[in-house]
Amino acid sequence: MVDPPILQMTGIRKTFPGVVALDGVDFSLRPGEVHALMGENGAGKSTLIKVLTGVYGIDAGDITLDGAPVRFGGPLQAQQAGISTVYQEVNLCANLSVAENIFIGREPRRFGKIRWSEMRRRSAELLAGLDLHLDVAAPLGTYSLAIQQMVAIARAIDISAKVLILDEPTSSLDASEVERLFQVMRRLKRDGVAILFISHFLDQVYAVADRMTVLRNGTLIGEYATAELTQMQLVTKMIGKELTVLERLEEEPRTVTADAPRQPIVEAHELGRTGAIAPFELAIRGGEIVGLAGLLGSGRTELARLLFGADRPDHGTLKIDGRPVTLRTPRMAMNHGIAFSSENRRTEGVVGELSVRENIVLALQASRGWSRPIPRRKQDELVERYIKTLGIRPADPDVAVRNLSGGNQQKVLLARWLITEPRLLIVDEPTRGIDVGAKAEIQRLLVELADGGMAVLFVSAELEEVLRLSHKIEVLRERHLIEEVDNTGGGVDADRIMQAIASGAKS
Amino acid sequence: MTDVKAPPQPEVTVATPHKRRRADRRHIPVLATLALLVLMYSLGVANYDNFSDTQVLLNVFVDNAFLLVVAAGMTFVILTGGIDLSVGAVVALTTVVAATLLNDGWPAAVVLPLVLLIGTTLGLGMGAVIHYFKVEPFIATLAGMFLARGLSLLINRNSIPITDPFWTAMAQERIRFGPGIFISTSVVIAAVVVLAGAAVLAYTRFGRTVYAIGGNADSALLMGLPVGRTRIAVYTISGFCSALGGVLLSFYMLSGYSLHAQGMELDAIAAVVIGGVILTGGSGYLFGTVLGVLVLGLIQTIITFQGTLSSWWTKIVIGILLFAFIVLQRLVTRRAR
Amino acid sequence: MTPLVRHRLFWPAVVLVLLLVSNVFFAPRFFTITLQDGHLYGSLIDVLRSATPLALVALGMTMVIATGGIDLSVGSVMAISGAVACLFIGDLSDPGSVGGVLLAVGLALGLSAVAGIWNGVLVSVIGIQPIIATLILMVAGRGIAQLLTGGQIINVSSPPFRVIGAGYLLGVPVSVIIVAVVVAAAVLLIRRSALGVLVEAVGASPTASRLAGIRARGLTIMAYVFAAVCAGIAGLIFSSNVASADSNAAGNLIELDAILAVVIGGTALTGGRFSIAGSVLGAVLISALDITTYTIGVPAETTLLFKAVVVVILCLSQSAAFRAAVFRRRRTPAATPAAEVPA
Repeated sequence: MVDPPILQMTGIRKTFPGVVALDGVDFSLRPGEVHALMGENGAGKSTLIKVLTGVYGIDAGDITLDGAPVRFGGPLQAQQAGISTVYQEVNLCANLSVAENIFIGREPRRFGKIRWSEMRRRSAELLAGLDLHLDVAAPLGTYSLAIQQMVAIARAIDISAKVLILDEPTSSLDASEVERLFQVMRRLKRDGVAILFISHFLDQVYAVADRMTVLRNGTLIGEYATAELTQMQLVTKMIGKELTVLERLEEEPRTVTADAPRQPIVEAHELGRTGAIAPFELAIRGGEIVGLAGLLGSGRTELARLLFGADRPDHGTLKIDGRPVTLRTPRMAMNHGIAFSSENRRTEGVVGELSVRENIVLALQASRGWSRPIPRRKQDELVERYIKTLGIRPADPDVAVRNLSGGNQQKVLLARWLITEPRLLIVDEPTRGIDVGAKAEIQRLLVELADGGMAVLFVSAELEEVLRLSHKIEVLRERHLIEEVDNTGGGVDADRIMQAIASGAKS
Repeated sequence: MTDVKAPPQPEVTVATPHKRRRADRRHIPVLATLALLVLMYSLGVANYDNFSDTQVLLNVFVDNAFLLVVAAGMTFVILTGGIDLSVGAVVALTTVVAATLLNDGWPAAVVLPLVLLIGTTLGLGMGAVIHYFKVEPFIATLAGMFLARGLSLLINRNSIPITDPFWTAMAQERIRFGPGIFISTSVVIAAVVVLAGAAVLAYTRFGRTVYAIGGNADSALLMGLPVGRTRIAVYTISGFCSALGGVLLSFYMLSGYSLHAQGMELDAIAAVVIGGVILTGGSGYLFGTVLGVLVLGLIQTIITFQGTLSSWWTKIVIGILLFAFIVLQRLVTRRAR
Repeated sequence: MTPLVRHRLFWPAVVLVLLLVSNVFFAPRFFTITLQDGHLYGSLIDVLRSATPLALVALGMTMVIATGGIDLSVGSVMAISGAVACLFIGDLSDPGSVGGVLLAVGLALGLSAVAGIWNGVLVSVIGIQPIIATLILMVAGRGIAQLLTGGQIINVSSPPFRVIGAGYLLGVPVSVIIVAVVVAAAVLLIRRSALGVLVEAVGASPTASRLAGIRARGLTIMAYVFAAVCAGIAGLIFSSNVASADSNAAGNLIELDAILAVVIGGTALTGGRFSIAGSVLGAVLISALDITTYTIGVPAETTLLFKAVVVVILCLSQSAAFRAAVFRRRRTPAATPAAEVPA
């Protein structure tokens, strides 16, 4: 049963000053299918979506919807024509209520007056259909990112789109929420909705997509049925080289160097913060990678922030090198050799306006104070070294960081902390939303750093990644640290951890 | 090795433990202002004879009707996260144009809509420059301020008295509730503007879009809201309100003068902020702005009642109270968080 | 200075030159600079002299705006500074004593610094939005200055004090020298140390800066103190020049001109990247504008109108969106962020 495509894009070309973002790309979408758009960062996925929804104009090519040529002036027009989008970042208004976020722009009205009670009732019904039971009158900002994302999807679904674009909707959802989303997607599929799905998680794509279109560097590589392409073949098409790095890393046995110091660098006793993370015990030694596993909202980030002084604990003690300390500010943690790379790269990590050079030296400069500038020659030397080691692209220290891709921004952030030569490096989701190649490079880097004697606290939503890198895994569930699993032999499997997360067994 | 393999997970329900407190938090700045207003009034009544007369309170409205209208327009702008520095100058321009035309024998029925149109057009122009050319509101409306003030100076440097019968009738018309208890027509006009504005903000798509833009303009755009049109509209509304405020001021003063309403933009901004509207946009109520205007008016009244204070004390006291209000609101909202 | 900054300042510089040149048609001797009694005289010198208070205020404003703030109170600080100095000198047994005048200057600047600390603490410790925090001192400060002078204009006759605003050193007006020295010292301090980049980081992204270990609080207070001290010096120059303290006129509406100068100079009001050279250029441009309306013989009433037109032209010329609309091909990268409105 091959339906004619509802959406057809042919020969799409889009250029920005100095860059060809899309070059002769074709794309077609049939009703009742989930179609994955695959490619590394910078392949042109986001640009293609923005071109489709009219955020950008196109330089050449045709777009037809239901057989008729269309050219949208913006997301509003696209939405009216039946194309709704849920973007990677939650693009809602946190100050408005949940109900308003679902209905704004198309509120139920009588004589031009918004019918608030009707709107609340319908929102509650809609969300209940997704197993979400929220106070729809509460401001959206009082809910977690995952919930906000689900609200965004609810909004898009309710617009009863012919075409639903999901741009990385799963990156802030935990496994059960992802499954729920997939159920919704399958239901929509049965109803004949065409879904364009973007995700960095290959497994998710294989779980839900019927067909996929692969882009690389702004050009079309091909269109494939999911069933006919193995994951390995797909990855090869996406990055155009064999995944040697990734494979080699998986082979590496995980062992702590024998002469690792026994004195922990950081010890937490009954450390906790009300509403963020329940009191926990944790010791991190030099040369080891400690992984934090748990679902979204389980308190992973909150735990990490306490160790960096980004938030203040209201319970327990923290010892560094055996001596009790109080970390009131990030700066105090830095003075003890602790570094923290936030999960929110763009808002809490890099300063987009500043150059690569300035971003890389920022933390070191901050710890020296304003009156002792790092000499320019020293800066150049450091920056050049890390641009080379980490493979930051473009390799121009004077380009503004906001012009870099997500993966390269993450590398800049890591470089910033590495030049401070920390003893404990806390990395929160360093590989989220970045392409496979960069991901493997960052994983390898962390292993090397630990081998060199640095302590690493590794936070990631991807269990597989945590298992592969960590010597020790701390399992979190509902803001409690419930179990510590030794992984020095590398023998722990994912089911073991998942069971702990699911059952909440106290050890 | 999949991370999608969902663990046996009970259905996740999202708890809303602080539901009530959350809903209330948005009202705290307004309630704080209301409480302080009551406190100030009580202090006035306790310390000064005749302060408790109903007319004293009504006079606060009578003397500040024009400011109320201007501040209502400013509220729309600030809710989107913008600012309008041109309001005082547009008020002045309105009084000068109205006085000049009336003195030249133009009928009031023509002059009134004309001056409203001029102010609205100026607002529209500033909004268009801000939206289409991405000039910062602070700068675009600063240019508008220079323009309007310059135009009124160009028309006439001196104060022009207004003798038009309609204008004088409007100035003298009193709506009486009893012996010595009255309001002016300007108060009625201001009340209509405030009620209409509040209804628009709470019950129309346009009003909700104003809040959405203040919350996150990029999101609003991606949600398909008419961001550009709305942004231009709020400056247009502010321009209209300034012109209407200018008309009310010319009723009040019965003159047109290019130096009228000097620094009124600051009074309007202060009123809006004391009323609990967040300057970055997206949060606050027009009702709060009314309270803010009343606070400023009551300060003036108390200073007048005190009688022995020189004019500069007004500034100092407004500054001190501005400080007290802001810090207090800050502490209250912070504790609630 | 990077080529980008130079590019940004290109249009303001062109406008400045055009303004100056246009004067020649009305005053042929506009560009003539003569030496009389060892003093340089000429319209260009007048432009510089009249730009001095504004340039200082704009310099301080630049740092505050770079932190993501704004300082509306600079005009009131100018008034307070002038009032304090004149009152102190008036009370001296010998108003002509250099020591006494220096003490008065120190007192005025010290008080200005206190005003700056007040603003800085409100903004960075209590966390009040800058425009509101400084609005407090803008309103109350003018009242305080009037309270100090009793609402009167305080005249002083003190030759050493007069030197600050009206004196000459090696033929050059002392006020111009003061501004040049302050600007040069500021540039040296800010760009040679790490102050500049740290302030830019704080202004561009406060959260990221905190997590990078930057202590924004101290930097912010420093910026407001710097702005207030600059305003204090400007107040001294202003009141020395007229040999009196006028609490109503001193620094009236100068905050708007200063903000304008900063924006003309290419510093965004949202904070982050800043350009001191740009702000000084902006101040000179505004001063040249005032002088030009005077030479051209435009009635004084229309100066504001004229200013409005120039502001519109300048802002439009700096608006990437406007340039994109006018010169289709000359789009700058800054004009294509993700959130761009469909053209």
